[in-house]
Amino acid sequence: MSFKSAVITFPGSNCDRDALTYLKDLTNGEVLNIWHEETSIPAVDLIILPGGFSFGDYLRSGAMASKSNIIPEIIKHSESGKFLLGICNGFQILTEIGLLKGALIQNKNLKFLGKDCFIRKKHENKFNKFIKQDQVLQIPVAHNEGNFYCGEEDLKHLNDNGLIAFEYCKGSFSNSDENINGSINNIAGITNEQKNILGMMPHPERAYQSFHGSKDGKIIIESLLS
Amino acid sequence: MRIKILIRLKKQILEPQGKVIEQSLNNLGFQGLENIRQGKLIELDLPENLNQQEKDDIISSACKKLLVNEIIEEYEVLG
Repeated sequence: MSFKSAVITFPGSNCDRDALTYLKDLTNGEVLNIWHEETSIPAVDLIILPGGFSFGDYLRSGAMASKSNIIPEIIKHSESGKFLLGICNGFQILTEIGLLKGALIQNKNLKFLGKDCFIRKKHENKFNKFIKQDQVLQIPVAHNEGNFYCGEEDLKHLNDNGLIAFEYCKGSFSNSDENINGSINNIAGITNEQKNILGMMPHPERAYQSFHGSKDGKIIIESLLS
Repeated sequence: MRIKILIRLKKQILEPQGKVIEQSLNNLGFQGLENIRQGKLIELDLPENLNQQEKDDIISSACKKLLVNEIIEEYEVLG
């Protein structure tokens, strides 16, 4: 059975096209693009909430999008155990909906970060299972609010339940800690308890073709397809 | 009735814009202006025909559902 997926577009999304080609090229299955005002989503295996500046980041990044018409359908999809991936603004939207813990606040140094970063897997899940424990991925970030924050209790919960999918680290030659934006414990991506929802700040859909400079982003879809 | 809602980041959360504002004021020669934190103010009109309880309920519900992210922010109704 072929893998079916969908990308949701909000007003202000700007990585939806990248997410569509990422899915089309890597899944070889049907990929739908769904406008945020829709109130139903056909059954799919994976939904991506893409990066961008949905609703101009008004009020808080992801706050407005988290109240869109499509959101109850996204919640239903995730409750059925199917995969949901929020990238960058998509991650912010997932925390605003409350599907993932914590919040993403302004980068500590106040700078918009647009550069390649290095991440490694911390806890295993279906999105990162092909990544080896000592492997470092080179994937770009492009965010102003990527500073992951959560309270001590939630941080303990994330750690105790193995929900920290990715953390930032230094480049391939030195697998040591790096904190690019102020994120608590260098967190770059987390999952929910069932581990079928992943939110991450780095953009794997911008790192899978030869002209991207890195193809390290492929491994997430390859892991999901296996 | 016009209502003002003051929203700020919780004390334990770093507010980098305040730090930069503080630095700029220092550079302008202001001495002793410290611990600056920037928040946001939302003003809105409430229907006149509500009693106090109804007003409180609407404000609290609007804050919880959209205006405030209680993981990182706290709010105060200024009246």
